[in-house]
Amino acid sequence: MLAQILAITLINLRAIPARLGSSLVIVVGIGGVVGVLIALLAMAEGFKTTLASTGRADRAMVMRAGSNDELASVLNIEVWNIVRDLPGIRRDAQDRPIAIAERYILSDVRKRGAESGANVVVRGTTPDVFRVRPEARIVAGRMFERGKREVVVGRGALDQYADMQIGQRVDIRDGAWLIVGVFESGGDVHESELWVDVTALHQALRAPLYAAVTVQLADDRPATFRAFEQHIADDPRLNVSVQRVPDYYASRSVALEKFITVLGYSVAGIMAVGAVFGALNTMYAAVSTRSLEIATLRAIGFRATPVVISVLAEAVLLAFIGASLGSAMAYVIFNGYTVSTLNFQTFSQVAFAFRVTPQLLVEGVGLACLIGLLGGLFPALRAARLPVAEALRSA
Amino acid sequence: MRPLIELRQVCKHYRRGGQSVPVLHALDLEIQAGDFLALMGPSGSGKTTLLNLIGGLDRASSGSVIVDGQALEPLSSGQLANWRARNVGFVFQFYNLLPVLSAARNVELPLLLTGLNSAQRARHVAAALAVVGLADRARHRPTELSGGQAQRVAIARALVADPTLLVCDEPTGDLDRKTADEVLTLLQELNREHGKTIIMVTHDPKAAEFATHRLHLDKGQLVGVEHQGP
Ligand SMILES: Nc1ncnc2c1ncn2[C@@H]1O[C@H](COP(=O)(O)OP(=O)(O)O)[C@@H](O)[C@H]1O
Ligand SMILES: [Mg+2]
Repeated sequence: MLAQILAITLINLRAIPARLGSSLVIVVGIGGVVGVLIALLAMAEGFKTTLASTGRADRAMVMRAGSNDELASVLNIEVWNIVRDLPGIRRDAQDRPIAIAERYILSDVRKRGAESGANVVVRGTTPDVFRVRPEARIVAGRMFERGKREVVVGRGALDQYADMQIGQRVDIRDGAWLIVGVFESGGDVHESELWVDVTALHQALRAPLYAAVTVQLADDRPATFRAFEQHIADDPRLNVSVQRVPDYYASRSVALEKFITVLGYSVAGIMAVGAVFGALNTMYAAVSTRSLEIATLRAIGFRATPVVISVLAEAVLLAFIGASLGSAMAYVIFNGYTVSTLNFQTFSQVAFAFRVTPQLLVEGVGLACLIGLLGGLFPALRAARLPVAEALRSA
Repeated sequence: MRPLIELRQVCKHYRRGGQSVPVLHALDLEIQAGDFLALMGPSGSGKTTLLNLIGGLDRASSGSVIVDGQALEPLSSGQLANWRARNVGFVFQFYNLLPVLSAARNVELPLLLTGLNSAQRARHVAAALAVVGLADRARHRPTELSGGQAQRVAIARALVADPTLLVCDEPTGDLDRKTADEVLTLLQELNREHGKTIIMVTHDPKAAEFATHRLHLDKGQLVGVEHQGP
């Protein structure tokens, strides 16, 4: 039986050059579906990765109770003073707690190469921010100085926005601030931000308020975090909530990731329906132009099953070729391609790179094979039901 | 001796637009092993229909077709396909060679349904091509062959698996006189020297002269059996 299937399939495949045009309909159609699906899912994947890579499990973030993002959270200086002395926070060589209080605002900037404006995150922090975020480092220029109207820009922000070079000035609230350096942060969300000194920002805003306190816990065990959470809950002076930093950023990405994923599957789904009809059409044509050959093989004694399977095999093979081309294209064009997008939850721009993962490739190829099977099934059944004697007459 | 092929009260009607169109009417026929039968008659008289019933390509509406002791009616379509593979070699008016395959690969097709390995298949193919005088055309594509050569390749394909009978529907209908005579001589040889039972539809009286028996069909009825001694 296998030999029969193989023999008929090879005969079918050899006939493809003669039907190149219609075979290309399957290849190109399915290549397009797979390419689009992979590109869109790679976008969701890249966005998720960028946000999920922000922060570490042994870091926690304190915000006002009920605020679920930094933009909405307001903490006064007392909270900061209380939180930083709570037990459970790691201490440095000088026995100072490793903790930082930051202000978080949005500011208008211009996107590079476009007239449109965008919201950039301006994070008021301190020159020793690197104690809490050791993955961040200055890669050009220098760090801002305490109390001065100076800015360091994240590498993603430098790429995405106009006029972010060292030595240029950027408008933040009531004046122009001097850009003195560029920082990197392992490709996470912070790279899309501008970092300034928090006391200088307080002056500009005329309000010494914070958005969040980020602390370094003793270790990354869940129990350590729960103990810290308990200390906060037990303190009657505090009306704040705490979460692990990675959890916070993961929750930021959910809506957009879901949106892109749903969009990806919907667009690919609509295109897939089109591709199924394209494949149906091509395979019906293939079967009908070959009906005399099929009838001849049946007369010789080939059974219907290998005929069915060979038609399916041809459709799936063409689909597979299409999927390979489509995913190769998606990979070459999009893998690592950096874009920025508005994060719905923070209304700020986040730069991230598309990630074409092996799992996405598998998904794409799986979808293609499904399209090929669906498109080949009915033509294959028609081929099997072909009345042999009648098909031979129509020679 | 029991005949190789027996038809008992065979009727065949086609359905066309809800109407039943009778083609064969209660046919009785016996064909002995070793016969070379020419089936003649005007166009539309039911020759192809009868041939398809004997070759197991189609089913009788009623009556029974028995070949070599096997009644075809009870066989499922899969069993019938297996039966054709073992017992019948088909030759068609337009050769029906697969254009993408070489002559040798075309001839090999029926052997793919047997348990032979590829070396054995190659030997059988070479022998069949030698019988039809085309050993030197094995690697040619059908489009590179003349009509007579293509029909001889088709005959090689029909006999390669050593079937009980050869069934030929107007095998020379598309050939000129001289080429037709070559093909008919070949069939005659297969009948005389290799003992093949052959049933050949033709409406060319000259072609029929190569056969040992002639049978006339008119409007679905047999109107005369002639025997011509060799
Ligand atoms: N599939 C079919 N449906 C309806 N009528 C058919 C079909 N096949 C053949 N016929 C009719 O049956 C009659 C006999 O056909 P056929 O056996 O091909 O005759 P012949 O081979 O002698 O020319 C013709 O009238 C033909 O039109
Ligand atoms: Mg006919």
